[in-house]
Amino acid sequence: MATTNPKSADAGIGLEGGPDTAATRRAMLSEFWYYFRQNRGAVVGLIVFTLIVLVALFAPLIAPHNPAMQIRGSFLLPPVWQEGGRWEFILGTDAVGRDILSRLLYGARFSLFIGLVVVALSATVGVIVGLIAGYFRGPVDTAIMRLMDIILAFPSLLLALVLVAVLGPGLLNAMIAIALVLQPHFVRLTRAAVMAENGRDYVTAAKVAGAGNLRLMFKTILPNCTAPLIVQATLSFSTAILDAAALGFLGMGAQPPTPEWGTMLAEAREFILRAWWVVTFPGLAILITVLAINLMGDGLRDALDPKLKRS
Amino acid sequence: MFRFLIRRLAVLIPTFIGVSIIAFAFIRVLPGDPVVLLSGERGMSPERHALIMQQLGFDRPLYIQYLDYLAGVLSGDFGNSIVTRRPVLDDFLALFPATLELSLCAILIAVVLGVPLGILSAVRRGSWLDQTIMGAALVGYSMPIFWWGLLLIILFSGVLGWTPVSGRISLLYFFPSVTGFMLIDSLLSGQAGAFKSAVAHLILPSIVLATIPLAVIARQTRSAMLEVLSEDYVRTARAKGLPPRRVIGLHALRNALIPVITTIGLQVGVLMAGAILTETIFSWPGIGKWMVDSVFRRDYAVVQGGLLLIAGIIMLVNLFVDVLYGLVNPRIRH
Repeated sequence: MATTNPKSADAGIGLEGGPDTAATRRAMLSEFWYYFRQNRGAVVGLIVFTLIVLVALFAPLIAPHNPAMQIRGSFLLPPVWQEGGRWEFILGTDAVGRDILSRLLYGARFSLFIGLVVVALSATVGVIVGLIAGYFRGPVDTAIMRLMDIILAFPSLLLALVLVAVLGPGLLNAMIAIALVLQPHFVRLTRAAVMAENGRDYVTAAKVAGAGNLRLMFKTILPNCTAPLIVQATLSFSTAILDAAALGFLGMGAQPPTPEWGTMLAEAREFILRAWWVVTFPGLAILITVLAINLMGDGLRDALDPKLKRS
Repeated sequence: MFRFLIRRLAVLIPTFIGVSIIAFAFIRVLPGDPVVLLSGERGMSPERHALIMQQLGFDRPLYIQYLDYLAGVLSGDFGNSIVTRRPVLDDFLALFPATLELSLCAILIAVVLGVPLGILSAVRRGSWLDQTIMGAALVGYSMPIFWWGLLLIILFSGVLGWTPVSGRISLLYFFPSVTGFMLIDSLLSGQAGAFKSAVAHLILPSIVLATIPLAVIARQTRSAMLEVLSEDYVRTARAKGLPPRRVIGLHALRNALIPVITTIGLQVGVLMAGAILTETIFSWPGIGKWMVDSVFRRDYAVVQGGLLLIAGIIMLVNLFVDVLYGLVNPRIRH
């Protein structure tokens, strides 16, 4: 194994604390950054995503209005550059006189929060289940994989929709439902990676050195499977945002008056032929966010997948 | 090949049983009394409750109820809608052609545009053309299609007035449904303008539904093509002095298309999820809208049957793709 290969990262055969751990880590990071930087789209995605995170964090400071406040006498005002628009409401107002820009800024909080919670949930459960399946194999593996096949047999959005109908509409239940339908991808990916690693010399060495099952699974094998999982987590992040918005749009996600982007679109639907701005901006916000994350995902894959590296 | 098929079926059957258990269990984990939910009656007396419970067979042990349900499903009985009282299967079969027509048009658009664009991207790798196509593909892949549909309605129906907003055909035309496909039925009817109306109604929903599969197919074709183009046999073909068109069209494309076929097959699930949103936006009377409406009407018998039918169709299509893949690529049969 060459020194540039991240597989040699776990210095000292799965026993942490080798003398060069910190240095190796720094070298890996700079190598990662070198490849990530090669992809211009990924860098643009990272910048846009950082901006969205900042907007979400500082929404109360940036937003010109309270997102829930209905300002009297300002219903369906167009954006500022159109006739009748006012500087007060740069992107116009919705049907009950709320400032669209402020609602979008606050909406960033919901979308990022949804992405974060869904990925955390589905990745944690998926990785653990996948580790168990890939490490122990046999009937446990078969049972787990059949269960995943069953979940994957349904179209994800349909299953999420029905689950939310069972659990009751709302943001929290939507997140749980989406996490459940995304989690099989983590299971499959982890299982495949674990099976590929399990026969390798460093795992055997750790086993011979007396490492127990838990240690072998989480400390020896898992760190060497992280690359595809990080890419999958990024992709799931954007899928979660899209699916949550879709559920909100169908009326099963966040409930009005929450300024969630998909819910905003659902409320705006009846005005589409009268007031284009109430429909256009929330969707644009979803598209830009998802696009930025997917651009980053592509860059991450290029930087983390050694097979694609051309040195 | 036969053994390959048997092995596939051996995986499919337990999955189908699992899917049927989920569909069966779904109605029993819902909050509220399943008897009230299934009969659609509220405020009934205890005697009436007990009677309906007996009629529905809810007083028997769970596993017997399940086996009974499974036997019903296997003989084509998916229960009756709570709202319309019609058999779920009848409604499904009546609405399915609309979804099938829409999905076929969408996948046709996606393949006809996606495969050549992917090839072009791979052949002109690194050029502005490649970057434009792949940029557009990533935008398409990231698209919230429910918003994309609304935008197209604003532009083509609102501003330009070219296309209708919803439905499958103008109310001016009426003719019996022969095939269930509006494009074919309108032609068969012989009424002037009917076919044009059907096309005008179909075009926007097809574009919306095609967006994500198109992006996925273009990206997949490009990467499959790039992989194949770096193979030795392609280099040999080039070294022999074959014209590039022949090398790409014959030697490379054939092998590159193998993974692309799988990708196209996998789009069936994506299409079904997309149909839920597309049909809702365009009021397209297909099974996607039917499922959403049933969820909102609390018509759980329909949701239960629909879930099972949709999952069953997806599983069958996936099996078909697997078999096709085995035929095209003998290497994976073993």
